[in-house]
Amino acid sequence: MAFPQLIMYEEESQQISTVLERLVRESNAKTIFLVDKNGQLISSAGDVARIDTTSLASLTAGNIAATGGLAKLLGEKEFSILFHEGEKDNLHISLIGSRVILVVIFDEHSSLGLVRLRVKKASGELNAIFEGLIRKAEAASSEGAESPFAEITDDDIENLFGE
Amino acid sequence: MSFVNYSSREINTKIVYYGPGLCGKTTNLQHIFNKTNPQARGKMISLATETERTLFFDFLPLSLGEIRGFKTRFHLYTVPGQVFYDASRKLILKGVDGLVFVADSQVERMEANLESFENMKINLKEQGYELDRIPYVIQYNKRDLPNAAPVEEMRKLLNIKNVPDFEAVARSGDGVFDTLKNICRLVIVELRKGK
Ligand SMILES: Nc1nc2c(ncn2[C@@H]2O[C@H](COP(=O)(O)OP(=O)(O)OP(=O)(O)O)[C@@H](O)[C@H]2O)c(=O)[nH]1
Ligand SMILES: [Mg+2]
Repeated sequence: MAFPQLIMYEEESQQISTVLERLVRESNAKTIFLVDKNGQLISSAGDVARIDTTSLASLTAGNIAATGGLAKLLGEKEFSILFHEGEKDNLHISLIGSRVILVVIFDEHSSLGLVRLRVKKASGELNAIFEGLIRKAEAASSEGAESPFAEITDDDIENLFGE
Repeated sequence: MSFVNYSSREINTKIVYYGPGLCGKTTNLQHIFNKTNPQARGKMISLATETERTLFFDFLPLSLGEIRGFKTRFHLYTVPGQVFYDASRKLILKGVDGLVFVADSQVERMEANLESFENMKINLKEQGYELDRIPYVIQYNKRDLPNAAPVEEMRKLLNIKNVPDFEAVARSGDGVFDTLKNICRLVIVELRKGK
């Protein structure tokens, strides 16, 4: 399969949370999201209570996809950082490796310079975690580890729709 | 490309509605949105023109029940059908796990249906996919119109692989959930096979 599915395990999920929570503190950000390029939310930190995280993830991925399309048109490989400035809140969006998007929301308690600096450091750490995840998933599939879904029965599937 | 999260015990998958302009893709999602229990769905996002044509995509997240202790989430997307939005269509296809091809039953749209189907194959290829290896179903929409072509004819034209197909009137909702359930089922079956 050209596109291995993304798999998240408990251990890496913890590691990611740790990095994101530290990034929120060190960058004085309000909220941080980690989103898969396909629009699925991977993790978040900070104040997420008032945000529709599913919509945010999908729109962020759309945004990155559109910008990536523009980059290609111009002969750039990718624009690795996007910045949107609002009246109160600002959005700093950056790519981690080639699959994951880091979104930092911050206001006047922080600054673009600070966010940039802290994001750079965290990016390296996150990238290492994701590379580890990919290796782990590859190892699991080459060992022929059973997918937990191999056991799904037709009844299980029918029951999904049972009202 | 599904996303399995062992930590939050969720399976996330992406389903894309494809088809020619005005065939009823957005209407399918609107009906699903209106008829689904608010607890089982999120907000519907439509990035559309002033005249309600899809400009980039529609998005509707659904959570169905649990399977083997995992919550199942289906992210539904539509592409913009108008020919000149091809660049956007390619982007939406990225990471797709299942496809619904919505055809417009009106006789005068047969050419457009075929063109869109070919376009879907080409765009999938560009992303490194083969249509034959992705679960998909076909919906013959707008069955209510007097100028609708016979289903048998449409089948011959579009359903060469004999995949599950459904007649629908998306505006009133007929056939919309049949279509949805079947593609969700196929996507889960694919997941069971493992990769
Ligand atoms: N008569 C009839 N009209 C329909 C049906 N389904 C959709 N329509 C109408 O067709 C028009 C276009 O529907 P949309 O859902 O916006 O079409 P779309 O495929 O999303 O179009 P694009 O976004 O341009 O690709 C609307 O006016 C719908 O009300 C149907 O089953 N029967
Ligand atoms: Mg539309």
